Amino acid sequence: MTAIDLLSDITNSLPALAAGMVTSLKITAIAVVFGIVWGAILAVMRLSSFKPFALFAQGYVMLLRSIPLIMVLLWFFLMVPQLIQNLFGVSPRTDIRLVSAMVAFSLFEAAYYSEIIRAGIQAVSRGQLSAANALGMPYLMAMRLIVLPQALRATVPALLTQGIVLFQDTSLVYVIGLADFFRSAKNIADRDGNTVEMILFAGSVYLVISLLASAGVQFLQRGGRYVKVG
Amino acid sequence: MIEINNVSKQYGTFHVLTDCSTKVAKGEVVVVCGPSGSGKSTLIKTINGLEPINKGDIRVNGTSVCSPKTNLSQLRSKVGMVFQNFELFPHLSIIENLTIAQIKVLGRKRNEAGDKGRKYLDRVGLKDQAAKYPAQLSGGQQQRAAIARALCMDPICMLFDEPTSALDPEMVNEVLDVMVQLAREGTTMMCVTHEMGFARKVADRVIFMDAGRIIEDTSKAEFFGNIEGRTDRAKQFLSRILQH
Repeated sequence: MTAIDLLSDITNSLPALAAGMVTSLKITAIAVVFGIVWGAILAVMRLSSFKPFALFAQGYVMLLRSIPLIMVLLWFFLMVPQLIQNLFGVSPRTDIRLVSAMVAFSLFEAAYYSEIIRAGIQAVSRGQLSAANALGMPYLMAMRLIVLPQALRATVPALLTQGIVLFQDTSLVYVIGLADFFRSAKNIADRDGNTVEMILFAGSVYLVISLLASAGVQFLQRGGRYVKVG
Repeated sequence: MIEINNVSKQYGTFHVLTDCSTKVAKGEVVVVCGPSGSGKSTLIKTINGLEPINKGDIRVNGTSVCSPKTNLSQLRSKVGMVFQNFELFPHLSIIENLTIAQIKVLGRKRNEAGDKGRKYLDRVGLKDQAAKYPAQLSGGQQQRAAIARALCMDPICMLFDEPTSALDPEMVNEVLDVMVQLAREGTTMMCVTHEMGFARKVADRVIFMDAGRIIEDTSKAEFFGNIEGRTDRAKQFLSRILQH
């Protein structure tokens, strides 16, 4: 097998690889968005003075951070697709593997996001909450309008970095047979009999995208003062 | 307007406030002074419930701050508060700082809130700063904006918690001028401050606190005019801060 052969194998399979990449990015994007939203809710619950909320959030985070992601994925795929189907009203024709992967990643990542956001909330001075309260804002309104925007803004680099880790982790959907970028590359490799080369190629694509994204985060961080986020 | 009755507060065994009682009538300007750690800031923060108390009762306009039945947020929206560290919201522009609570808490329309915000910005001399962010303003400007933010809520009284303590000396006066103007307009004010010049100019009464107790609560004339009649602790405090 020469480099030319590999190149032609790749070009021939470009549509399948591109579709795989779209799936990977879809899962990443959904999990980042819902992970941050659910993570922010968990963080606020964790810091709440209402004990049951705090305990629930603490338990949730501890549990999900103590289980390997691959098991969460499998568990979701094997045991709860029916539930998801009913809950979200998805039509039976939709690929349930994709939906279950999105839900699993969102719930899993939320545990990590909530810890990042919690640190961000605690870094916002207490006086900000007092000032919002003094203007007549109840706790949740003050959190939503005053504290969380500042907390999220301060943690944007950490949240994005976690998103990059998440992007790499999406390759784990391999175990549920979902055709993301890695699985597509592997399928093509099995067909064309160039497994080592294709996996190296897939790895380098992840590497390049992650490095570019990291550079983007650093660029944002340096100009962070001037960038309005949240 | 404000009634503080036998208020006590403690953290564990440490008594921050012990049996404090006083009243502020409508239109009255009361200055609270005393050494650091005497409980002045804690006392003023109990008035809008930012600091919970262990004993006693506080009423604002007849409504109990301590009763669980009271809608504390609603009460707070009617009591303006100015903090030592300004506490403008750094992620919002100055005009947004002034309008957000008007819109979200009082339910005012955006343009109505904007008009009101600009009116008060003009009054504190910051008309041209509306679009800027807090970090772009000097300390004195930030504190004036914070006063304007409180005034936008049409408060029935104003609480000031050491409003000039975090300012560079040259910026103190621009903030005090705004406060003097408010006092002369008949705003009900309770003000924790070390600025005795301000107290002399506009205060009706002076409260002196030490170790969590109100040990003097007298008219301005008596407090500054009859030094001999003061308690030893107040005499000592006054001699130290009035020397220069």
